[in-house]
Amino acid sequence: MIGAWLSGAGGPLLSGPLSHLCTVETDSEMNQHVTAELADPVNIAAAGQEDVVRLVDLKRRFGATPALDGVSLTVRKGEILGIIGRSGAGKSTLIRCLNGLERPDSGDVFIEGREIGRLAERELQPLRRRIGMIFQHFNLLSAKTVEDNVALPLKIEGRPKAERLARAAELLDLVGLSEKAKAYPASLSGGQKQRVGIARALAARPALLLSDEATSALDPETTRSILALLKDINRQLGLTILLITHEMEVIRSIADRVAVIDAGRIVEQGPVWSVFAEPRSEITRSLLGGIRPQLPAEIAGRLVPGAGAELILRIDVAGEAARGPLLSDLAVAVPGPFRLVHGGIDHVQQQPVGTLFLAVAGDDERHLAEVIAFLKAREARVEVLGHVAGSV
Amino acid sequence: MSPVLFELLLRSIWETILMTAASGLISLVFGLPLGLALIATERGGIAENLWVNRALGAVINGFRSVPFIILLVALIPVTRLIVGTSIGTWAAIVPLSIAATPYYARIAEVSLREVDRGLIEAARAMGGNRWTIIREVLVPEALPGIVAGFTVTLVTLIGASAMAGAIGAGGLGDLAIRYGYQRFETSVMVAVVIVLIILVCGIQWVGDRLVARLDRRG
Repeated sequence: MIGAWLSGAGGPLLSGPLSHLCTVETDSEMNQHVTAELADPVNIAAAGQEDVVRLVDLKRRFGATPALDGVSLTVRKGEILGIIGRSGAGKSTLIRCLNGLERPDSGDVFIEGREIGRLAERELQPLRRRIGMIFQHFNLLSAKTVEDNVALPLKIEGRPKAERLARAAELLDLVGLSEKAKAYPASLSGGQKQRVGIARALAARPALLLSDEATSALDPETTRSILALLKDINRQLGLTILLITHEMEVIRSIADRVAVIDAGRIVEQGPVWSVFAEPRSEITRSLLGGIRPQLPAEIAGRLVPGAGAELILRIDVAGEAARGPLLSDLAVAVPGPFRLVHGGIDHVQQQPVGTLFLAVAGDDERHLAEVIAFLKAREARVEVLGHVAGSV
Repeated sequence: MSPVLFELLLRSIWETILMTAASGLISLVFGLPLGLALIATERGGIAENLWVNRALGAVINGFRSVPFIILLVALIPVTRLIVGTSIGTWAAIVPLSIAATPYYARIAEVSLREVDRGLIEAARAMGGNRWTIIREVLVPEALPGIVAGFTVTLVTLIGASAMAGAIGAGGLGDLAIRYGYQRFETSVMVAVVIVLIILVCGIQWVGDRLVARLDRRG
């Protein structure tokens, strides 16, 4: 099905215009890429050829408020980059700069190596056909049938009708809505509408898919199925996806890398699991709050800095360190009682990311120092949160 | 009602229908593009141009603020220029069209403005130009409102055409004044009112049916 979709005329699987996107980057190549980018500005230009999107110091103001305040970012071929931020953080402006719906005040937007920030509207139009976009409220045309909606980008391109409808049929098959081809959008559920939106965004065989809060208007179950579809498309077609969202759950489900935006600036970015394991900024921690273990409120409310019967420790551990028998080793290495109060180990991008809250005796300085030393030796991050009077 | 009067009634019905249909058609042909121009040139529109927008708005408001009976007389030189005469049914079509066009432009503008901006953005994101946006998004999405507004315009034109008797245009209004009122032919008056009711209801019914068929918004 996807093969036919790619090649159009039933040729080999990767002969279509998207085939060049299907090269698989290995993890080590990706990592080198990251290091190179951080260390060496000369290599950035060299690496730039693999970047579908490169933003350089993008700025945009609305009146006195800066919506984008110097954003630099790259999206690599074949990856899913998630941009997360609160509403008003500048994510919508950012994503709209990528297809010229919004013009930056300063800075450069490179799409497949070409600067588009200063192109005239007329020059942007053919370029936008290389970029598909899906929307929070789907934005399907109510007066057109599902297949006509999907075929619209091809109509804009000036393709003959037979070709348009054949392609619409392929795409509706891809998103599992073949039987709805003649229906009107009003008769579809939210999830079905977004599937049509995805099919439409893919119609012109784009090099990049922009997703503007595509699942924010959907219920959790539908959200999962739409995200699974996007991931499938990314994997099978090698399509590069840039999505913006305010939900960490979306990032966790499908993104390879995440960039956190706050007040128009990228405050941190990296592979999803490492940002989950070690969030550096307050905003990231707060966005992660909903899906990572937090100290239960009734314990947090009783924390005091001074002395108390028990001491609460927060332990963050990820990757290799989280695979070992950490707690049983701790029990053997440092005799003395400790209790697991709360926490858990999550798996993000096949990497374990754990947060544990331990209670240890509050009056034994030496014991505490040993526990901390042991955990640090195991590459865990330890934070002493405070004492709790009485038992928790 | 005498056969002569009946003959007159039929002729008047035809004249009213002719005036309404012709000026309705003209107001559609000019009013819809005018409505599109208003929407396109307004702030944030697809061809933003506030000066053009204000100028268009001022002209439309100017024509709309003149009462039709005054327009009918004031436009006599224009009518003579276009039709060659200032008297008769065809002569009445000129002021009727000129009055109905800005009226319909405003109605079309309202329907077009209700089109979700997200749809325009989606079309732009697909690489569509202004013409694509007008043809594929604005007009089809606003079509139910555009048709409903046209129905309203036609009904208004039936009323306005009654005044066209003042320039010898004939029509049902003229018949009702000259025969029903001035010659005390009550039967003519009653017949005219009944015919007008049937005409208006008929137009409204057809318009409503069409809107219902076109509206896919669910």
